[in-house]
Amino acid sequence: MNTATNMQNQSTALSISPRLAKNVRRNIKERVIELILMLAALSAVFTTFAIVAILLYESLGFFKVVSLVEFFTSTEWTPLFEDAHYGIMPLVSGTLTTSAVALAVAVPVGTIGAIYLSEFASHKVREIVKPMLELLVGVPTIAFGYFALLFITPLLQKVFPELPGFNMLSAGIVMGVMIVPYIASVAEDAMRAVPMSMREGSYAMGATRFQTAIRVVTPAAVSGIVAAYILAISRAVGETMVVAVAAGQQPILTFNPMDGAATITAYIVQVAMGDLPHGSIGYQSIFAAGLVLFALTLGFNIIGHVVRKKFREQY
Amino acid sequence: MTTETLKTKASVLENLVAVRAMIRRHKRNDVIFAAIGLIALMLGLLTLLTLFIDLVMDGYPRFNLEFFSNFPSRRAANAGLLSAWVGSLLVMAVTFLTAVPMGVAAGLYLEEYAPKNWFSDLIEINVSNLAGVPSIIYGLLALGLFVYGLGLGESILTAGLTLGLLTLPVVIVSTREAIRGIPVAIREAAYAVGATKWQVVKDHVVKYSQGGILTGVIIGMSRAIGETAPIITIGALTFIAFLPPAPITEVAPFINFEWLSSGFTVLPIQMFNWLSRPDHAFHTNAAATGAIIILLTLLMNGTAIYLRYQIRKNIKW
Repeated sequence: MNTATNMQNQSTALSISPRLAKNVRRNIKERVIELILMLAALSAVFTTFAIVAILLYESLGFFKVVSLVEFFTSTEWTPLFEDAHYGIMPLVSGTLTTSAVALAVAVPVGTIGAIYLSEFASHKVREIVKPMLELLVGVPTIAFGYFALLFITPLLQKVFPELPGFNMLSAGIVMGVMIVPYIASVAEDAMRAVPMSMREGSYAMGATRFQTAIRVVTPAAVSGIVAAYILAISRAVGETMVVAVAAGQQPILTFNPMDGAATITAYIVQVAMGDLPHGSIGYQSIFAAGLVLFALTLGFNIIGHVVRKKFREQY
Repeated sequence: MTTETLKTKASVLENLVAVRAMIRRHKRNDVIFAAIGLIALMLGLLTLLTLFIDLVMDGYPRFNLEFFSNFPSRRAANAGLLSAWVGSLLVMAVTFLTAVPMGVAAGLYLEEYAPKNWFSDLIEINVSNLAGVPSIIYGLLALGLFVYGLGLGESILTAGLTLGLLTLPVVIVSTREAIRGIPVAIREAAYAVGATKWQVVKDHVVKYSQGGILTGVIIGMSRAIGETAPIITIGALTFIAFLPPAPITEVAPFINFEWLSSGFTVLPIQMFNWLSRPDHAFHTNAAATGAIIILLTLLMNGTAIYLRYQIRKNIKW
């Protein structure tokens, strides 16, 4: 039985025509190429795992020295001082305050912009405005940092003379302007996904464009618009250069935007600028801060995507 | 006519006037809101314009050839960008060589090869997740993995690979979008005359989507060239007053890779360095550098947007 199949195999192998052999080679080549392409695609998975692994590994060394209780409850963050305290809250408060200022600017402006783009703008206007918004997104953040520190802050100081040179207000405002295109484009996508029939129904009842936009389209697209806000928070939390340049370097537990205070990202930049020995507690502390930052942005991104997906299924 | 009907007539007329006034008011609201909307969108553009003019006005004393041919110096007026722009060029070369082949290959796999299963979903989720990770986290990854884990140090190679990983999602997403526009009929026609999958992909899919892919690559590169945070994180904020060894040599083998492990600085880092000094003379240098970086990224993004516009206009199917 066994020998019979063997012989059969041999005979087929012998009878393979050059053309068939070419086919076999071709098939192997196809497989190899597919494998290479798949490996390239896997690099994305690898990057994510590497990020999580590195952050966890270095933070583990940090949390051997610092207890989780101190990390989350201490109100001082002075890992590089003799009298070291390791409470992440001052950095978190700085991050949340700058983000809140940014959202206070970006949410109204971005939403109005999105409503205009989706419901009012003619095709021609949209074709001109959207690429311009894209250009704005492409501007390096370090340039906005310069703008916040040396243009907006002096301007604000004319209104509020007691404002310090480094403050979260100007950094937040500039960050808000940076985020506007982002909110506008995501929210516009959501509004344009609202079926035309709903608008036509509203127009048929005699509603104006403005009434239709505010009372029909916006409520119908609300989850997409909220998703845009949440994704924008994640952007603001992870923004680095503007706050590192303009918001200040002192980790202070404050929610007052008129103060200067360090954010998580600003702290990482500040430590990385110095010369910390590899493996020291200061070196590990930036990974612990990075882990908190990663968890924050990941959380916001996931919530944003879930909310957005939910709205997509509605129609 | 009785007084009753006269009264109703008067009230109807009155109502008509009121209704017309209401319609006028509502129409006016439309116009007002449209104006507010346009202003809201222009706010960003206005900021960009103010920012650019501010940078040019602050930095104009530095716009001369010496600024590009001098090394950084302790004296602001003599300090220049030579090591920064050479560094940016070399780092971008590494970034391009990592992000483009990997990104295009990954995009091709996800669009053309990937079966519909949990494995492909896992890759997709990862790609969209990576696009949302703050750039400074990539810097921490590079610090732990490239600088210390693999022992590459604070080198051009480390910076290039880091920015390569950062731009990878941009290239993947734009590759996929470009491929998605190609009708199935094109692929079926190629299969019908006996082409293998790879032949279809290489000779048709890639060929017809290369404009779209190029657009994404330019946008990705322009983002990488202005990226500051991850490069600071790998510890590259140092005083660099030398050039990396030349990639091309006069003696055989004419090419050397020593430059990959060389220390470096790039344009945005140099700008941050000057900006964070208390001496105001250095802020002039920072402003000039900022204007150059903005011009560079605007040019790159503008090219990409124009290219995309041309592709859309000339599409034949």
